[in-house]
Amino acid sequence: MGYSGLRLIKEALTGHKGWGPQWRDASPQDAYDYVIIGGGGHGLATAYYLAKEFGGARIAVLEKGWIGGGNVGRNTTIIRSNYLLDGNEPFYEFSLKLWEGLEQDLNYNAMVSQRGILNLVHSDAQRDAARRRGNAMILNGSDAELLDVDGVRKMYPFLNFDNARFPIKGGLLHRRGGTVRHDAVAWGYARGADRRGVDIIQNCEVTGFRIEGGRVLGVETSRGYIKAGKVGVSVAGSSSRVMAQAGMRLPIESHVLQAFVSEGLKPFIPGVITYGAGHFYCSQSDKGGLVFGGDIDGYNSYAQRSNLPVVEDVIESGMSLIPGLGRARLLRGWGGIMDMSMDGSPYIDKTHIEGLYFNGGWCYGGFKATPAAGYCFAHLLKTDRPHDTAKAYRLDRFMTGHMIDEKGMGPQPNLH
Amino acid sequence: MIINHPLLGPRDAQEFTYLGDAALINRPDWTSENALREFHDYLHLRDNPAGEHRELWFHEQGDRSWLVVTRNTVTHEISKVELACDVARASGRSTGRDEGQVA
Amino acid sequence: MTQRNRLTGGLVDQSNPLNFSFDGKIYQGYVGDTLASALLANGVRLMGRSFKYHRPRGVVTAGSEEPNALVELRSGGRQEPNTRATTAELYGGLDANSQNRWPSLKHDMMAINDRFSNFLTAGFYYKTFMWPKAFWEKIYEPIIRKAAGLGSLTGAADPDLYDKGFLHCDLLIVGAGPAGLMAAVTAGRAGAQVILADEDFRMGGRLNSETHQVGGMPGADWAARVVAELAAMGNVRLMARSTVFGAYDHGVYGVLERVADHIAIPPAGKPRQILWRIYSKRAILCAGATERSIAFENNDRPGVMMAGAVRAYANRWAATPDQNIAIFTNNDDGHRTAADLIAKGVNVPAVIDIRPDAPKVEGTELLTGAQVIGSKGRLGLTDVSVRLASGEIRRISCGALAVSGGWNPNVHLTCHQRGRPTWNEGLAAFVPGNSLPMGMSVAGAALGDLSTHGALKGGADAAVSALADLGITASRLVLPEAEDAPIRLTPFWHVSGTGRAWLDLQNDVTVKDVKLAHQENFVSVEHLKRYTTLGMATDQGKTSNMGALAVMAEMTGKSIPETGTTIFRPPYTPVSMGALAGRSVGKEFHPTRLTPSHHWAVEQGAEFVEVGNWLRAQWFPRKGETHWRESVDREVTQTRNSVGICDVTTLGKIDVQGADAAEFLNKIYANAFAKLPVGKVRYGLMLREDGIAADDGTAARLAEDHFVVTTTTANAVTVYRNMEFARQCLWPDLDVQLISTTEAWAQYAVAGPNARKLLQKIVDADFDLANDAFPFMACGEITVCGGTRARLFRISFSGELAYEIAVPTRYGDAMIRALMAAGEEFDAVPYGTEALGVMRIEKGHAAGNELNGTTTALNLGLDRMVSGKKDFIGAVLSKRDGMNTDDALCLVGIRPVDAKDRVPAGGHLMAISGPVDAAHDQGYVTSAAYSPTLNSAIGLAFVKGGGERMGERLRLVNPLEGIGTLVEIVSAHFVDPEGEKLRG
Repeated sequence: MGYSGLRLIKEALTGHKGWGPQWRDASPQDAYDYVIIGGGGHGLATAYYLAKEFGGARIAVLEKGWIGGGNVGRNTTIIRSNYLLDGNEPFYEFSLKLWEGLEQDLNYNAMVSQRGILNLVHSDAQRDAARRRGNAMILNGSDAELLDVDGVRKMYPFLNFDNARFPIKGGLLHRRGGTVRHDAVAWGYARGADRRGVDIIQNCEVTGFRIEGGRVLGVETSRGYIKAGKVGVSVAGSSSRVMAQAGMRLPIESHVLQAFVSEGLKPFIPGVITYGAGHFYCSQSDKGGLVFGGDIDGYNSYAQRSNLPVVEDVIESGMSLIPGLGRARLLRGWGGIMDMSMDGSPYIDKTHIEGLYFNGGWCYGGFKATPAAGYCFAHLLKTDRPHDTAKAYRLDRFMTGHMIDEKGMGPQPNLH
Repeated sequence: MIINHPLLGPRDAQEFTYLGDAALINRPDWTSENALREFHDYLHLRDNPAGEHRELWFHEQGDRSWLVVTRNTVTHEISKVELACDVARASGRSTGRDEGQVA
Repeated sequence: MTQRNRLTGGLVDQSNPLNFSFDGKIYQGYVGDTLASALLANGVRLMGRSFKYHRPRGVVTAGSEEPNALVELRSGGRQEPNTRATTAELYGGLDANSQNRWPSLKHDMMAINDRFSNFLTAGFYYKTFMWPKAFWEKIYEPIIRKAAGLGSLTGAADPDLYDKGFLHCDLLIVGAGPAGLMAAVTAGRAGAQVILADEDFRMGGRLNSETHQVGGMPGADWAARVVAELAAMGNVRLMARSTVFGAYDHGVYGVLERVADHIAIPPAGKPRQILWRIYSKRAILCAGATERSIAFENNDRPGVMMAGAVRAYANRWAATPDQNIAIFTNNDDGHRTAADLIAKGVNVPAVIDIRPDAPKVEGTELLTGAQVIGSKGRLGLTDVSVRLASGEIRRISCGALAVSGGWNPNVHLTCHQRGRPTWNEGLAAFVPGNSLPMGMSVAGAALGDLSTHGALKGGADAAVSALADLGITASRLVLPEAEDAPIRLTPFWHVSGTGRAWLDLQNDVTVKDVKLAHQENFVSVEHLKRYTTLGMATDQGKTSNMGALAVMAEMTGKSIPETGTTIFRPPYTPVSMGALAGRSVGKEFHPTRLTPSHHWAVEQGAEFVEVGNWLRAQWFPRKGETHWRESVDREVTQTRNSVGICDVTTLGKIDVQGADAAEFLNKIYANAFAKLPVGKVRYGLMLREDGIAADDGTAARLAEDHFVVTTTTANAVTVYRNMEFARQCLWPDLDVQLISTTEAWAQYAVAGPNARKLLQKIVDADFDLANDAFPFMACGEITVCGGTRARLFRISFSGELAYEIAVPTRYGDAMIRALMAAGEEFDAVPYGTEALGVMRIEKGHAAGNELNGTTTALNLGLDRMVSGKKDFIGAVLSKRDGMNTDDALCLVGIRPVDAKDRVPAGGHLMAISGPVDAAHDQGYVTSAAYSPTLNSAIGLAFVKGGGERMGERLRLVNPLEGIGTLVEIVSAHFVDPEGEKLRG
């Protein structure tokens, strides 16, 4: 049954008795055509698009805990298509276009809010880089505007213009960028997939792959063996651990990225701002909390927790940019595990094992990629060919020398 | 975090800069037949364990030693700290003169 | 100004009245009050509005967990939203306002939401507001955003100071209640270095709020005595008003000390708050427990409070929410509130106890097996409805209801490193689990020892055991006598009914919402939380999570521990951003590095620019110059025509010494270094191991075993780090040592046809600067100005006859003055980073814009430098096919066909005819400048296969700024391509 304002009114008048589960808690069947490992945003989106766009097969999503509990459940909710390189920008533009129609497609209000993202620049070199990027965005069909300092001041008069260590010299504005209610993305895809017959199986941990003659036959799980035609792994944060079960070493390190939220405040920051002279970016949720983040902690970690030096670093940057934040309070911080790749860009690729496909290495950019990653991974799973916008995301690109290094930091994951 | 520097005693991890897996010490031989594959694997592929991890930290705000720290990536517990040059020597690294130096 | 609900006694100083205002109205309270206790004493119960339905709300707790009584304190840049009235210490002139209401607290228009609560159920917004599509950003979201949020920021900069500090101790004790005090005195007497921190302004914890005797005296007196003893110990640091908000790795704790929040304005030069990082060898968590409620219909009215809080207000603050207070409880602790209120002269019409076998209380009617099923009173409770054991409904008139559902140990800090609490059946509560943060133990109510005796004993035991770990023997002290009542409680979470019963008061999450979440399969506790917003309020679920878990457990038929608990994350209570930032804000955000000529440059009126943390002179305006271009053009022209001087100290300098220094550099640079003669400089290119250009610079061989390497300003730190990595980790037995000398030497470029003549006046006569004696790329150690040690390098970034001269930094200021004085006869000009940039573009030198971390030697046109005959960092992986294609980007020069046109850096290059889109991109402009030498804009660009395309015309497109320009590909060496000038 669809969601709508009318339906809500009807249910409100009859005690909300008509709302059913948003997705079924399925039990594993013996066999599926496609088994997607990982019930995060990407895994659920993959299942959704497999079922919707690529038709009719038996599909399961296996989740070791509760769906949407990975990075889709803990991020700073930003969506954007403001990448520089040809390997990336068409993909993120595709993703943004999917976001723009997502709610109507899913019949689920994920609160896609295109409130604009402003990347501040603080030096001539940064302005040159912003111009190159902005032009690349426009040439790829995205939108960009280069603001001078007065343009920035008009949008955000409360930034530090007069007493800054690194003065604001302008900014690159991407109006179609914005935020999304992150949990709702997982739930919306889960509901959409469920309605198309996908089995979403929670509390089902994959413990091994059954591989014979270079071909994957199925997966061992905490709830028994499941036969699979094709297996798609979409477990960012745990990629190395899961793929190790198939004997693979990946160009990935796991790192902690912290994010923070303040106590609820009346509207203060209309859009999304990123500081160009420190580690800080910020938006305000519809509930009123300032949602902000910075850099990764910088060392390999699977501990999902925050550490003080980075908290301080982020908030020093925040206060330097927005001096009026001093009396607001940090309410909560959390740490998520990132698949940090060797060039800062992701992988959507087949593996050397037939029938085993991999989607990961999203660094801290996986959330905005959710629709396109799901779509492109579904495309690859179904057709064995990469989607046009994702063909650069190969696992062997470091062997061939085709890196997609937006920041130019080289194969050191903690610098991306 | 606190790193117990073998020469200087306990130091806040903020004094250090992190590089990554201590396997980065094991730089392949450039003259090897499979040098490209070996360098690719050396530089890009990681065990990335959830558990004990030997890793390189540089005491940038201190004595500029490279250290090999054995740290659990789940609990962050540090069980061993060594000077990287000792680890490098122990794994057979020396002057590089024996690695097919031509010029 | 009567305080009609003020009782006698308490720990407030009733001889010391203070005036304060709330919503513009003046009230009186006493020293020792909180804003909440003072408002209660003045008969004010309505203090706030809820988040979603804007329901009238009063204070419910007496601590930092308060979800309702949040106010805006102070005004202007000091306006502090969401301040808990329960922790705001009263001071004379305190000015507080209610928040999240319009136009007033009593008449809030947004309370209309409450009328529509049927529609605004958990997650309603996921199901609607989708049509028409454009309406979300334009209509729905702005309305929702405006209605949401709690207090407000003014946007003005916070005028207060914040400090950061670091402390070390043997034992950190978190919480100064009976357990914490006992632990502290045990450890203090044993001589350990102890820190005792408590969030309250008065140490003692619950002892200050109870009437229990400890050691034969009132508990508060016993606490004060112990605190006095501790204060006299040199090895104990007492930190009141200090919240230990986070337990971090390896025994590090984050602590927020509120130094000046209890006064109107911090004293001049003093911080408002201090963020402490405490490095502890051991820590004992004595954080006490938080009382929980029982949900029933309309349990959110002002006047419905926690029983322990009502007792605390009466005993500690001599304040009561009303003169008629009923009690609703499932445990014996609720009865204490009745007894204490009666003793204070407050009427207790009834104790409503859900237990059929509840023990008797004196002085009031006990209704056993009874439940509160509803309440009345829009802006404040007037009466409650009670269903008696018999089924009969009775209405009881009361202005407050004290509710006790039992106590939850404050396990939060035990979970900060992902430890999970375990379920204790007797308490019906979670207690600390087994995997505590390293070095932490728990005592007292936080561990589930809820009696005073249990807390005292637990604290003492924990201290003895923690110190034993550290090899310190502490003697067991005789415990003072104290109550040791058993816990008698029948778990009870909510009264069933059809109306709304609140679980999360601030976020308006009711029992119904949890049921709906269950119905829609949001069963996992994380889903429940996210779907209903339960536990996401400013108290982070301290007052709400347990009740909701219990309701969900009921729905699923599972036990509470099977249903789960959410993870507690730092901070324990919210921490101001100001404190977390400390002094690293504004101009102090990062340190500012000044060059040796800085003060001289300031005297010249230079404009400065941030280059990393450095501040460098950007240009030196002269009188009459109105535009920066005038100054820069003059500096370039004058340098090219005569001589210019530039401070280049910021370039990284690394001293490389040892018998194997040359061999080492041979491994670091892509080009050969082993055979560089002494007295010579060579330009060098460093690659990363992945074959991408990392940095470029020069290496000067001052002696067989001594080189000076220079790096770019931006990469000084990373190049040094990587060289140390190579030295220590890759080739540990090479005889070579490195040290960064960037700040040890002041270095100036002296460039232009008259450079030699100028330098001859400075350099001591023993040194011959003639072209033959000291040719291009020569270097040497010399003396200047009559014996001052210096180094001279004949290197050129500008393309002119040029030198770089270095002197020990302490002579840097003298040197720039000496150079300028010597240059006077040549009209020598100082030049800044802009002119430096123009000249290097004119000369086609790559810099940061070109060495952008994605470019190879091939891209930079430096591929011929890369040796194929040796091992070096990057040797192997630079050979990868994808980096060596025929159409690889190649650095070229570009000039506009029409000399008047601009060539913006960041513009992309397209074929003259053909589509303009990413698929047809030919490259991009990296650097651009106006060349006064050529009277034209010029640029450097990476163009596909550019080396073979000299003379070709391309379109420079810049859709971002709506500009398109016709340009021609030329050599990047715009000026003196043969290099005659620099060799002259």
